[in-house]
Amino acid sequence: MVELEHYLAVAAALFVIGIFGIFLNRKNVIIILMSIELVLLSVNINLVAFSAYLGDLTGQVFTLFVMTVAAAEAAIGLAILVCFFRNRGTIAVEDVNNMKG
Amino acid sequence: MSVYDFTFFLFAIPLIVGGMFTVISRSPVHSVLWMILSFLSGAGLMVLLGAEFVAMLLLIVYIGAVMVLFLFVVMMLDVDFAELRAEMARFLPLAALIGLVLLMQLAMAFGTWEIGGGVHMLDSPMGTPEGAGTHNTAALGLVLFDKYFLLFQLAGLILLVAMIGAIVLTMRHRRDIKRQDILTQMYRDPAKSMELKDIKPGQGL
Repeated sequence: MVELEHYLAVAAALFVIGIFGIFLNRKNVIIILMSIELVLLSVNINLVAFSAYLGDLTGQVFTLFVMTVAAAEAAIGLAILVCFFRNRGTIAVEDVNNMKG
Repeated sequence: MSVYDFTFFLFAIPLIVGGMFTVISRSPVHSVLWMILSFLSGAGLMVLLGAEFVAMLLLIVYIGAVMVLFLFVVMMLDVDFAELRAEMARFLPLAALIGLVLLMQLAMAFGTWEIGGGVHMLDSPMGTPEGAGTHNTAALGLVLFDKYFLLFQLAGLILLVAMIGAIVLTMRHRRDIKRQDILTQMYRDPAKSMELKDIKPGQGL
């Protein structure tokens, strides 16, 4: 019988895969952005699962806000990526020091 | 094994497999496609949990917009991905170590949880103004437009700022092409811009 812990286990596995992807593709910023999306998806699954089992809609409302922020982040991230590629001709992010921060 | 359990595994396994191949696949286009599979399965899990509206939003917003955006960027940029992939083996040990540590931390933190026997999924969400029997979308709307209205407006503002930011970042003013200057066109004097000449027969200008 599938219960709450099954959903939590799946979400935890997806979260770990996302973090693993960030560290595995440290040069490729597109895959890093995709890994962040995976992490956010796992968080969304967690929120919706707890919302369903608690019988409280607040979790689903919060999921909507997480999705908003994720969409905005993806748009801005890809725009910065296109801009960066235009200036440098590569998307290797390990040696980004344009701003000398 | 009930139908519910079967459906859960039908969605959960592609979710994990899609996530894994997103991270390790060779070409970024394949990564995006695996990720679409992953998000589809995630939407299926949310339907199983009774959150239809969030699931459909996941389909429309993520797969319809964000993933297509990723696909556009991946295909538009002429990047040598093979070179970026070549160093993946170098990062593998550290990444595997961090993943393992994180997994063990999660297992140690939540593996000891005992979930009470009486916990089961509720048919209709409480805490909504209409009470039981409301559809998920209607109940979500009642909560969102009432209790979280200000946050909802702020979310719209975030999207607006993100849209303007993305346009500003990617807009490029190219100098070597011809462009229409509407103000110059409008302020041109017709009397000065046209001239009648009387050309005699047999002669040119």
